[in-house]
Amino acid sequence: MSPDSTGSGRDSGLNNRRSTVNRLSAENVTLAYDQRVIAEQLSVEIPDNSFTVIVGPNACGKSTLLRALSRMLRPSEGRVLLDGEVIQSMPAKKVARTLGLLPQSSIAPDGITVADLVGRGRYPHQGILRQWSAEDERVVRESMARTGVAELADRYVDELSGGQRQRVWIAMALAQQTPLLLLDEPTTYLDIQHQIDVLDLCAELHEEQGRTLVAVLHDLNHAARYATHLIALRGGRIIAEGAPNDIVTAELVEEVFGLRCQVIDDPETGTPLVVPAARKARTGAKAAGETRAAEKVAATEAS
Amino acid sequence: MRTNRAVRTPGGLSVRLDVRALTVVVLLLVAALAASVVLIGTGDFPIPAADVVKTLFGNGTAGQEFIVNELRLPRVLVGLLVGASLGLGGALFQAISRNPLGSPDVLGLGQGATAGALVVIVLMSGSAAAVTVGALVGGLVTGTAIYVLAWKRGVHGYRLVLVGIGVSAVVTAVNGYLITMADLSDAARAVVWMTGSLSGRDWAQFWPLLALCAVLVPLVLANGRGLRMMEMGDDVSAALGVRVERVRLVLMVAAVLLVAAATAAAGPVSFVALTAPQLARRLTRSPGPNLLPSLCMGAALLVVADWVSQQAFGADQLPVGVVTGVVGGVYLLWLLVTERRAGRI
Repeated sequence: MSPDSTGSGRDSGLNNRRSTVNRLSAENVTLAYDQRVIAEQLSVEIPDNSFTVIVGPNACGKSTLLRALSRMLRPSEGRVLLDGEVIQSMPAKKVARTLGLLPQSSIAPDGITVADLVGRGRYPHQGILRQWSAEDERVVRESMARTGVAELADRYVDELSGGQRQRVWIAMALAQQTPLLLLDEPTTYLDIQHQIDVLDLCAELHEEQGRTLVAVLHDLNHAARYATHLIALRGGRIIAEGAPNDIVTAELVEEVFGLRCQVIDDPETGTPLVVPAARKARTGAKAAGETRAAEKVAATEAS
Repeated sequence: MRTNRAVRTPGGLSVRLDVRALTVVVLLLVAALAASVVLIGTGDFPIPAADVVKTLFGNGTAGQEFIVNELRLPRVLVGLLVGASLGLGGALFQAISRNPLGSPDVLGLGQGATAGALVVIVLMSGSAAAVTVGALVGGLVTGTAIYVLAWKRGVHGYRLVLVGIGVSAVVTAVNGYLITMADLSDAARAVVWMTGSLSGRDWAQFWPLLALCAVLVPLVLANGRGLRMMEMGDDVSAALGVRVERVRLVLMVAAVLLVAAATAAAGPVSFVALTAPQLARRLTRSPGPNLLPSLCMGAALLVVADWVSQQAFGADQLPVGVVTGVVGGVYLLWLLVTERRAGRI
């Protein structure tokens, strides 16, 4: 973890842009809601077969970037490419067979059962004359088994706990059978046990099925532990990207989140673990200026 | 609990049937047709149901033929179509707004059509045909206004309902103003129109309504699968490959046309569009917009209500709109109360 790894991560990201043939990428996109510009001239490659996690402070544009990658938001400039085609100009169902999205806001219809909800993930594979094939039935059964909700098949979704419900939504996205799956803060509103549970499931889908996963996560430690490729955003710009072990340093965390911290090795996995500096160290730092602050952090580190 | 059955052919075609919903549709159709036969037999010159059926198949006496085919059949058919249009239009609006209150009655479409009719009656003293056109135009203009005002990077449920309520308030005020400035005979004519009634409806109202339904109902049903997905939110359905804004626009235009045409034909019959989808949904116990069951429920509800109004108060004493409010409303209340006791909303 050299101090300059932040910069090198960014450079390699830019250099790779034209040479790779990744399935999903954004080229010089400007993202805006009405007149409010979130990001300008942003270029991102999602490495194939990676578990890419996008992190950054609130309002840094990470969910906006995910929305653009999943064609929920049309870039005002630049383009998002899926398999070499501009994603907006592709037929909607064709995109939906390649790229799945689990958004933050999803509504389970009143009185719908788990099996019915998961079955709706088959929509892009269906038509008026092909409403429910044997294949649909098999995939739905498999998706429920894989996410551990098979026993809940006939239960009503609104009777389930938050963790179970999130598993059901993931099962629905799985039933879509897309090689690429995008998840917008899949662990929000879950307690820690279910957060880990959902992330383990994502890692499993990535490792065992070779799917490319892209997730927006709030928790930097979760991101560092589970991601194979990390993208750190601030103010609509990529500050660093690369493997967590290569890019997560105390300097990067301070640059991206404005938080003083130490980065140690996770005793379980060896991935970077971010430990925020104690309150005294942080408030003292503000009062006493840069050099003394650095000393204090060093002192905290030593103790 | 799951009543879905898949029917598959060796060629790879498959159709999914919700057995319970299908049963509800068949039963409602039977009920609507049976009520129609009884309704045709009801009036100052009663005809037994068996004779009504015989006459409908062309084997009645000359007198029965005249009464059935010229006087009562068109009225009943208009009633069936008006009820079906309102039921389907209501189901569409409630599904698009994801809110049971997002019905055309609440959004002000009925009031908009009324305003169009009042403008023709009060300001132009127009003919009955002109009033129909006026109501149709009024409904369409109101529907367009609601859609445009509610548009903000797409049309969303609560916005649609709130904008609709606002538009409804404005149009109601306009309607009140139009009545106060009308002279006595025009005002009387306006009030009769506004109560919503089937009396005196004939073939001239039936054929345009049938043509419109023949075009719109298949169009709506073809887009129904997309609408089903949209229940889960715009993002989820768009991610599944539904072209959300296009489906919503097509279905809203269809729903506005259905409701405006029904109102133009029978006046603003209250409450059918609000209750029919809710009643249908509780019978099918199925999520989803329940389009076909709502359509059948609307038709059955309106014809039964018309029969009740004639039974209780004699022909043309009480407009059908009053009865649909009472019958539908009480039934819905009863369902809500019993469901609350059972622990499910």
